[in-house]
Amino acid sequence: MNNPCHFCGQPATIHYTSLLKKKKVQQHLCERCAREKGVVSGEAAEAGPVPPLNLQALVQLIMGQHPAADAASLKCPACGLKYAQFRADGRLGCAHDYDAFRPTLEPLLERIHRATAHAGKVPRTRRRRAELDDLRERLAAAVAAERYEDAATLRDLIRRKEGAG
Amino acid sequence: MNLDSLLQNLGEWLRGTGAESDVVVSTRIRLARNLADVPFTTRASPAQKGEIEGRVREAIARADHTPKLDYLSVAGLPPLDRLFLVERQLISRELANALDGPRGVAFDPRESVSVMVNEEDHLRIQVMRSGLALDEAWDTIDKVDDALEARLSYAYHERFGYLTACPTNVGTGLRASVMLHLPALGITKEIEKLFRSLQKINLVVRGLYGEGSRASGDLYQISNQVTLGKDEHTLLVEIREVIDVALKYERRARQALLKERRQAEQDRVARAIGTLGSATMITSEETMELLSAVRLGIHLNLIGDLPPTTVNQLFIHSQAAHLQKLTGQVLDGEERNAARAKYLRNRLRDLGANK
Repeated sequence: MNNPCHFCGQPATIHYTSLLKKKKVQQHLCERCAREKGVVSGEAAEAGPVPPLNLQALVQLIMGQHPAADAASLKCPACGLKYAQFRADGRLGCAHDYDAFRPTLEPLLERIHRATAHAGKVPRTRRRRAELDDLRERLAAAVAAERYEDAATLRDLIRRKEGAG
Repeated sequence: MNLDSLLQNLGEWLRGTGAESDVVVSTRIRLARNLADVPFTTRASPAQKGEIEGRVREAIARADHTPKLDYLSVAGLPPLDRLFLVERQLISRELANALDGPRGVAFDPRESVSVMVNEEDHLRIQVMRSGLALDEAWDTIDKVDDALEARLSYAYHERFGYLTACPTNVGTGLRASVMLHLPALGITKEIEKLFRSLQKINLVVRGLYGEGSRASGDLYQISNQVTLGKDEHTLLVEIREVIDVALKYERRARQALLKERRQAEQDRVARAIGTLGSATMITSEETMELLSAVRLGIHLNLIGDLPPTTVNQLFIHSQAAHLQKLTGQVLDGEERNAARAKYLRNRLRDLGANK
C-alpha cells in the first residue's frame, strides 16, 4: 500500500479498485485530494477509520480520468516526442511540447504545483515589448481624442525607449 | 583553467561567514533556462548540443555582468576533475557522469556564480552565498539572468513561464536551497518532527549532494518544491519562514544541551578531535560525523582556538577527489581511508588543536 496519491504524489491513504469496461482500474488518493474531489466529505474523514465514500464522485473521478486513450498518442509536431514517451521518462523534448500536450499537461501541472499559470519574472525583452505596446495604444487613444499635447509626449517617450534597446 | 589552483581555496559556500552562520552553512539559488528554438538537451543531437554550448559560451563571454565567468568543457575532463567539481558543488553528478556530449560549466574565481550548460536544461544558472542570504543571492542571479537573456532567446510561454525539460521546474525555474547544520536536533531526536512538518508545506529536505543523497554530518538542504504559480519573491519568503523556525528549534536544542549535559558534550567534542587527530584509517562518512561534533563544539564555545573555516577546509579536503589531488596520487578505497587519516593527523598537529 505504498502507492502515491494519483493527484499530488503524497502518500495515499485511500485505495480502491474498480472494473471499467472489463478492465481493472486501481486508484490511490491522499485524504486532502480525496476531500478536494468530493470523494470523502470534509468532517467525516476525521470521524472514523473508514471515511464514508461518495460513490458518485468516485465514479466521476474514474470516468474523468480515461478520456485519454488518445492522449497517449498525442505527438509534438516540432520534436516528434509522443505523450506516452514523456510519461515514461518524465522529460519533455522541446518548448513546443507545452502546447502540443497542453490538455494533458495542465492537469499534471495542477497536481505538481497546485497551479497552472506562471506568476513570476518575465524576460526583459518581453517586459519592454509589452511596455511599448501599451504606450503605442495610449498614443493612438490620445490622437483619436485629439489630445495632441499628450500624444507628443507619448511619441517622444516611445522614441526614447525604442532607441534605448 | 588549472583546477588545482582552486585546491587551497574554500569556495563561496564554505567561507563560514554571513548571517546565521552558526546554523546556516550556505544559500544557493538556481534558475533553469532553455533556448527557444532548439530541442531540450535530452532530445538534442550531438551537433545541436555543440551549437547550444557555442551560443551560451558566446553569451557568457560577452555578457556585461559581474563577476567574470570562465568556461570549462566537462566532456573533455578526466573523471577525477569531474568529481572534484562535484565536491565543490560547481556541477551536478549528472553533468559529471550521467550525461554525454558537449557540456560544461562557467564559474567565477570566488565560485559564487556558475552556469552549467547542457545539463537537463540548456542553462542551469546558480548563485552561492555563505550563510543565510536569500535576497542577496536572488539579486545576483536575477542580474546574471538578465545579462544572459539580453544575448540569448529563452524558451518562455505566456501562460507557463520559463519552459523546462521537466514540468516540476516550469514557471520560475527557481530552486532555492539553504544548507543547515542541525546537530543538536539530531541528538534530541526532534529532527524527524521538523521534517514531517516541512513535507506538509511542500518543502523538500535532502542530503548534502542533492537529490537522493543521504544526509551526513548533520547537514541538510531545505528547498522549495513548487516553481509555478508563485513569484520568486513569494517562494523565497516561504523558505525564509521555515528556515527561521528551524533556526529557532536548533538553537533551543543547543542551549538545552549546554544546560543539561555540558560535560558530556564537551567530552564528545574532545573525543571527536582526538579520533580525527590519531586515527590511521578513516572513512569520509566518519570524518563528516566527527567534524559535525567539532563544528558544534566551536559554536557552543566548548573548544577554543579552532576557527569554523578550519572545519570547512578539513571537510572539503577529506573528500575523495580533493584528497587525491592533494596527495597527487590515484587512491582506491582503502588507500584513501589511510591517506585521509594521515591528512587529518597532520593538519590537526599543525593546528596544535589536539593537545
